[in-house]
Amino acid sequence: MNSLTLKKKPAHIIPGFHLSLGYTMLYVSLLVLLPLAMIFIHTMTLSWSEFTSIVSNPRAVASYKLSFGTALAAGLLNVLFGTIIAWVLVRYHFPFKRIIDGLVDLPFALPTAVAGIALTSLYAPNGWIGRIFDFKIAFTPLGIIIALTFIGLPFVVRTVQPVLQNISAEIEEASASLGATRLQTFIKVIFPELLPAILTGFSLAFARALGEYGSVVFIAGNMPMKTEITPLIIMTKLEQYDYAGATSIAVVMLVTSFVLLFTINLIQWLANRRFVH
Amino acid sequence: MSIQIQNVSKRFGSFQALKDVSIDIQSGELIALLGPSGSGKTSLLRVIAGLEASDGGDILFDGQTITNRHPKERNVGFVFQHYALFRHMTVFNNVAYGLKVRPRKTRPSKEKIKDKVMELLQLVKLENFAERYPTQLSGGQRQRVALARALAVEPKVLLLDEPFGALDAKVRKELRRWLRKLHDEFHITSIFVTHDQEEALDVADRIVVMNNGQIEQIGSPDEVYTHPKSPFVYDFLGNVNLFKGRLHNGHLTHGEFTIAVPDSYAHTQEDAVGYVRPHNIQIEKTAVSGTVPAKVSHIHLLGPIVQIELRRKDVDEYLEAELSKEQYHTLQLKVGDEVFVKPKELKVFIPEDFSI
Amino acid sequence: MEQSTSNEQATPPKNAVASTSAALQEPRFIRYSLTFIALAFLAFFIVLPLVSIFITAFQKGAAVYFAAITHADALSAIKLTLIVVTIAVPLNAIFGVMAAWALTKFNFKGKNLLLTLVDLPFAVSPVIAGLVFILLFGAQGLFGDWLFANDIKIVFALPGIVLATIFVTLPFVARELIPLMQAQGTSEEEASISLGANGFKTFWYVTLPNIKWGLFYGLILCNARAIGEFGAVSVVSGHIRGMTNTMPLHIEILYNEYQFSAAFAVASLMSVIAILTLIIKDIVAWKSKSV
Repeated sequence: MNSLTLKKKPAHIIPGFHLSLGYTMLYVSLLVLLPLAMIFIHTMTLSWSEFTSIVSNPRAVASYKLSFGTALAAGLLNVLFGTIIAWVLVRYHFPFKRIIDGLVDLPFALPTAVAGIALTSLYAPNGWIGRIFDFKIAFTPLGIIIALTFIGLPFVVRTVQPVLQNISAEIEEASASLGATRLQTFIKVIFPELLPAILTGFSLAFARALGEYGSVVFIAGNMPMKTEITPLIIMTKLEQYDYAGATSIAVVMLVTSFVLLFTINLIQWLANRRFVH
Repeated sequence: MSIQIQNVSKRFGSFQALKDVSIDIQSGELIALLGPSGSGKTSLLRVIAGLEASDGGDILFDGQTITNRHPKERNVGFVFQHYALFRHMTVFNNVAYGLKVRPRKTRPSKEKIKDKVMELLQLVKLENFAERYPTQLSGGQRQRVALARALAVEPKVLLLDEPFGALDAKVRKELRRWLRKLHDEFHITSIFVTHDQEEALDVADRIVVMNNGQIEQIGSPDEVYTHPKSPFVYDFLGNVNLFKGRLHNGHLTHGEFTIAVPDSYAHTQEDAVGYVRPHNIQIEKTAVSGTVPAKVSHIHLLGPIVQIELRRKDVDEYLEAELSKEQYHTLQLKVGDEVFVKPKELKVFIPEDFSI
Repeated sequence: MEQSTSNEQATPPKNAVASTSAALQEPRFIRYSLTFIALAFLAFFIVLPLVSIFITAFQKGAAVYFAAITHADALSAIKLTLIVVTIAVPLNAIFGVMAAWALTKFNFKGKNLLLTLVDLPFAVSPVIAGLVFILLFGAQGLFGDWLFANDIKIVFALPGIVLATIFVTLPFVARELIPLMQAQGTSEEEASISLGANGFKTFWYVTLPNIKWGLFYGLILCNARAIGEFGAVSVVSGHIRGMTNTMPLHIEILYNEYQFSAAFAVASLMSVIAILTLIIKDIVAWKSKSV
């Protein structure tokens, strides 16, 4: 009995706290934190002026604009079409719906390189789709947008779909019974409910698109100043063993995506708060 | 098994869930922990079970401290508020779980486990549901499975957290009577948490009324109901009319009321509150000494009892009275009638000192 | 609960779902247009690319196709990919369970920070994910000299590829399990422990059966990404043919050498894996809903 009373009080009744937390921290520290810290440590070997001259090099700046612009465009396309697809999948009936629903996840499952070569051969000037249009799609920023839209599509559909499913018919009926038209009901009742999910989907798709490499390199054409995305600049510098250059650009990318994610989380938090109160 | 709870405290962040709580529980008692949500009753139950560690104080089972013992060493059966049945196991396997997870040395044989489980399922009248899954059962049935599961490990103490909280009124009443019968058969020391005063009064041997992490009163249902020690207990255990007046010369005055409060001569010119249960409001058709005029504003017929809502004429306040159907018929009350009322029995509390 | 929903579904006429009462129906023209837009979009972005992979793969006949996928370089790429996946996926699965256990069964300071850290690899470009391991283990990296002196190769070798894959796929299992275990709460575990089970038995008999489908779902996603990871692996592999080329890297080389049919042949293999992933995913999602 005495030996039992001497034991330290258990802080948690469910066991495994120290083991699981310790393991998680160790794993994350060794495999995420330490490696990412290397980016910042390595940049320290450069002077400030060296760093700024690398990251503000015209070719780099052109790539930021391209990466940011195409990711934004793809994100917006995904919001528009992703919401429509989610709507159609939840509300309407048509043949093979279940298979089509399953196919929406293809961009998650298909290797990016495979998607890249498939999209390139389709949208190339002599490809099945490319030949329909009399302007170039592949090897232009338009091609990059196509690849990024492919990659980001499931994010919006899969965040909007469950929310749409959970909107009860009653609130729509209430809106209709109060005299609203279908369009008014959508704009005033349904859309505000979907907005947080759309924002989440957009932010996920946008963040993914900013850093995407595999599906883009094939379709982009990779012309400096024109169709060269930022991850590709890092890749090129690495192939030239210019580690300092690669790391400096990586710092810009990392900081940008962290700031963006933080901002989007903040917006979401504000949007959610509005609905809670 | 007897339980002593000695000066137990528990804090969650800045919230003090339990403040210096002490209770002595006799072996074989059925105790209700009664209080509003946030009063600390569930925290206390979890501390007794060992599911939560207390910050200070001791818990003794049969005189031996078990404060630092792991829940599985306490020999306690815990019935969770939402049952916490293992959703992927059949009823049989849920009940058998506590026996099956024993170390090989102390684990009963398969046949023994089976006999024991079927015996328990018979006890809770679910022997035909052994192969069902929890989702295929009604709330009352789930509750009984949870109880059988807790009993399977032959606990010395049974702890139940809001055992009937999620059930509808009729099943609730049935189950609590059944629990009482079960307790009378087995005499396991049992503690259950509830926020329903009727439930506590109906089932428990003793009631522990809790508020803000502290004990307000411990006593038999009758004691707690008829002799509440504090305004909180008075208020919590049923409807009440308040007379906020002044004490002077052994009388409480409020509007035109002057009510004798014999034990209060020590207090002069002090603010005090009189508490009167609705059934202790006397209604007369004609003025009698000590009554004040009032007007009947509502009559609610609730089966055998009749609730009368009255508006006092001396002060602009409402009173609630309860009559039996017979009294109501002899008085022949109608809405709008003028009547005369006075409290038959009054409990006075002075704000700083609740001890009168 | 479950019974009542199935009753609701049984009562209304066949073509009426919950939301299609007359007042809640868009005009037919709108319905058809939206459906057309959605299906056309999916056709151009999903179906056509998928179909084109298989058609291009067989364009030059079955003989070329089978030659491409049985070529020594292709086989060694397949083998390397399998090795990488068998190391990276189980490690991330164990991590995912551990992280989900710590983050959902307990409260502690800095929980949200840890949650963010677990998610962090999703916010990092795959190219950077590869770069960080070059900076750690490359010739000029932090441990470069030491590794060289001891003749250990990490970058441009199997360990580097595994590390980069682990980094990129690290959050998948944890992300799947955390919301699930959050929703399930801790009361079943508490019940198990109050009935005398120890920690391992509680996990094995109570927690694991409750999360098995979520765990499997996370494994499937993690596996698909690990097989297909391109950017990160491309940085650390060194592209040594027959040695450090995974399947996606092999596809890239074939494509850049204008061996389109061969590239698409290998791509078609990977597409089959992707389609299988989708089918298994669908089954798992359906299973986990019905349990």
